Amino acid sequence: MKIGVVTFPGTLDDRDAARAVRHAGGEAVALWHNDADLHGVDAVILPGGFSYGDYLRCGAISRFSPVMEPIIKAAQGGMPLLGICNGFQVLAEAHLIPGALTRNHELHFLCRDQKITIENTNTAWTSSYKQGEEIVIPLKNGEGAYMCDDETLAMLEGEGRIIARYVGENPNGSRNLIAGITNERGNIVGLMPHPEHAIDSLTGPSADGLGFFTSVLKALVK
Amino acid sequence: MAKIVVDVMLKPEILDPQGKAVAAALPRLGFAFAKDVRQGKRFEIEVDGEPTAAQLADVEKAAEVLLSNPVIENFTVRVEK
Repeated sequence: MKIGVVTFPGTLDDRDAARAVRHAGGEAVALWHNDADLHGVDAVILPGGFSYGDYLRCGAISRFSPVMEPIIKAAQGGMPLLGICNGFQVLAEAHLIPGALTRNHELHFLCRDQKITIENTNTAWTSSYKQGEEIVIPLKNGEGAYMCDDETLAMLEGEGRIIARYVGENPNGSRNLIAGITNERGNIVGLMPHPEHAIDSLTGPSADGLGFFTSVLKALVK
Repeated sequence: MAKIVVDVMLKPEILDPQGKAVAAALPRLGFAFAKDVRQGKRFEIEVDGEPTAAQLADVEKAAEVLLSNPVIENFTVRVEK
């Protein structure tokens, strides 16, 4: 199974995302922002970083990169798409998921190991987890506060579309402790913390993040 | 040469931590006037001659698609001489 990992100018976590894909048993394919060709991949990851220097708004310029056109089209057709951190911001800017990511409520850039609960295991990216499972993966962001209007929030809660929630004190001011959400179909997931940095205990705080990558491989085999 | 100005502000219901930080800093400097501060963005777009209605319509479109994120922000477009 081929999983594309996009590199925008300013992307940081593409190598770790590709490594996580390989570690899970998939084939990682590097996709370039300026190449509107998905090279036959079965799923795509938009990794973390500071694409286009976070100019204008995080993800606002990346969202119009040539590679995003076929990604948006494929994802709307059901292709699994995971946006991590800056990738989550790109998904929000592309309106593939509702809401937006704004400045952390305390204004500080955060970098720490964060406990989250997995609250929806029916998506392409979370089926390897157990409902309610607590995992620890790194959280590192400056603009990770998930915002949406009350109506959208009620919809996300009502439809079980919040896939992960922070445990304990709210790290960044996200509404309802939201760490990640999915689209209606469950193929697109946006996640603020970083599972790709927690795939083995040698390089991460845990191996808890690997489940996102094994999940999508399972989803693609089906 | 005219300037088209686009002001982008976070919607009132969206928390603005930067504005809050500025509002907290003002009294520390002895400025006691501010009840609240909101911080936004201003784009100055230069065009040749008087902006046409079509240009202004295009700017409106660009403001909606790129310069602002309508999920969290409002914008206004005006011409400055």
